[in-house]
Amino acid sequence: MALGLAHRGFRGHITGIAVGGDTSDLPAGELERRLLELGFTEGAEVEILHEGLFGRDPIAVRVNDATVAIRRREAMAILVS
Amino acid sequence: MSVVAQSDPLHFALIGTPNSGKTALFNALTGSRQKVANYPGVTVERKSGMLHTPGGRSVNLIDLPGTYSLRARSPDEEVTRDFVLGRFKAEAAPDLLLCVADSTNLRLALRLVLELKRVGRPLLLVLNMIDIARRRGIDIDLDRLSAELGVPAITAAAVRRGGTDDLMRRLDELAATSETSSTPAQWQAPAAAELRAAQREADRIIAAAVKTPASPDTLTSRLDAVLLHPVAGLVILLAILFVMFQAVFTWAKPLMDLITAGFDALGAFSHTMLPDGLLQSFVENGVISGVGSVIVFLPQILILFLFILLLEDLGYMARAAFLMDRIMGGAGLHGRAFIPLLSSFACAIPGIMATRVIDNPRDRLTTILVAPLMTCSVRIPVYTLIISAFIPDRTIWGFASLQGVVMFGLYAAGIVSALGVSALAKFMFWRESPTPPFMLELPDYKLPRPRSVLMGVYTRARMFLHRAGTTIFSMMVLIWFLASFPRPPAGATGPAIDYSLAALIGHAMEPITSAIGFNWQINVALIPGMAAREVAVAALGTVYAIEGGKENAAQIGQALAQHWSLATALAVLAWYIFAPQCASTLAVIRRETGSWKWMAVTFGYMLALAYAAAFVTYHTAALLGG
Repeated sequence: MALGLAHRGFRGHITGIAVGGDTSDLPAGELERRLLELGFTEGAEVEILHEGLFGRDPIAVRVNDATVAIRRREAMAILVS
Repeated sequence: MSVVAQSDPLHFALIGTPNSGKTALFNALTGSRQKVANYPGVTVERKSGMLHTPGGRSVNLIDLPGTYSLRARSPDEEVTRDFVLGRFKAEAAPDLLLCVADSTNLRLALRLVLELKRVGRPLLLVLNMIDIARRRGIDIDLDRLSAELGVPAITAAAVRRGGTDDLMRRLDELAATSETSSTPAQWQAPAAAELRAAQREADRIIAAAVKTPASPDTLTSRLDAVLLHPVAGLVILLAILFVMFQAVFTWAKPLMDLITAGFDALGAFSHTMLPDGLLQSFVENGVISGVGSVIVFLPQILILFLFILLLEDLGYMARAAFLMDRIMGGAGLHGRAFIPLLSSFACAIPGIMATRVIDNPRDRLTTILVAPLMTCSVRIPVYTLIISAFIPDRTIWGFASLQGVVMFGLYAAGIVSALGVSALAKFMFWRESPTPPFMLELPDYKLPRPRSVLMGVYTRARMFLHRAGTTIFSMMVLIWFLASFPRPPAGATGPAIDYSLAALIGHAMEPITSAIGFNWQINVALIPGMAAREVAVAALGTVYAIEGGKENAAQIGQALAQHWSLATALAVLAWYIFAPQCASTLAVIRRETGSWKWMAVTFGYMLALAYAAAFVTYHTAALLGG
């Protein structure tokens, strides 16, 4: 499933990056590379630590040992299990 | 200076991911010997400083904008890339790259190191914040790490006394060899597959060389449980902002009054010391009040940047952006724009300078464009003068004062129009380019170091005085010139300003401004009012020949009530919400954006809005019988 759909407290690891049609305003390849540069690589452990008030957006995600804030829209491209 | 340079200084560059403590390291290495300028042709800040190694070499150290990759995605990152690759024409390619990494969070930094290896420049990995890593029980095998990466590595603790001694000694050794050890650059923007491979390699090296205890930083997670709580977090953020706003607004007040009084006294002193005439007027009204008008902003800038740097060093700024992202994003503004915009209620100048907290240049520019629409504190004297002269002091809806409601309306109009303009700017200027996504690391909380914070405040203050000061000062002299030349003829009876270029402009503008209900006296008062909005009050007094300047506001109010219709008064209020009536703000916009173009855009759109608002207000009020 997509990390963008997961709730607070979700724990899992990344299985892939798949940028869909309207995931972001960025071109698909660019979003993929930015996510990779922030450490969202296959196999990394993730946990959703916090959510924003409105629409539970954005989310704060633990990626291995770092915490990254990201909008759910972009997090839709991160596949987790 | 008695030190004789042995050779040309070497050029070293600091590069690293955001939150790696790069700036703290830069401060520790260069002390107060820093220079802040702009890179040619771009508005990106160029921070450099001299350091002297124990062996006596002089090194020019450059602090490059933080980046996760050399793949440039913003003007800041383009600067980093071009500098590292030696593509800048005016800049020498760096003799040594110091890649700074947060020892508690090596994952992304090591991937960057692997990418930097391909640049072919001598490279040194600096494991910063090693003190924190050791305290947390993170054990780094330096030799192993260095061998696996193929890059020399050294530890440092930028904020500790003596924390950079080892690094300094190492720089000496490297200075001796760096000229010869470059290899041809093979770097090209990595594709997704290469990024994955590099991250896998970095993860493998970390597994081999770094032992991390099972539990992550518990203090940060406990703090975040409260500070990032959807409701409590926002309440705390608002409380922090409230204190900050109060501080900029009220703590600075006594100091600003003191500065104003000091310069007034100095002006009065020069008035008595110099013979009446042009020189006296120039020294008193041009030079002294010009310098005073720059320095008077200093207390607000110091207090605001003290708060900003404390919050930044604490690691809270990224959290604040997280909490505000959805709220500000609705208006097309960045989550970090709330601090500059809030500060602009006190004064747009520190507000515009505070836009430096916004990394993305486009978001920063939008915020700069709309910041002057926030009702700053010096509009208050103008508002209260006109409101008390024209709006009856009575209670409406059973509880609210009509005057208070009008005041609130003026504030609300500023905020609403700022949001509208930012949405419009996004549509007009940046329709083609995609919205940058909100993605940022939330660093662990750290106790700010007073020395580093004070150094940052000092740098900002010096920059303001040096860079904005020169522009503000020259504008003040220009305004003085317009209001003073030509001199009144001998035997003239009216106030001197009636014979000046300002009056000429005021009269010439009359056909245009009569449509918004302004007479030529208002036009004339608006010109010295460019020096600072509240000066318009005194200037109105001058053109209506009332002695006593702004201290005599009640009498000026009576004169206005006699000369102006209600429609004109309301039109002036509407004008003041929008009009670019502040030379200092324009000067700061020019400095901060590095371009006359954005200053002209701000001036133009605010003028157009002001004219339109005054026009609509005047004619609506006149129609309703005002």
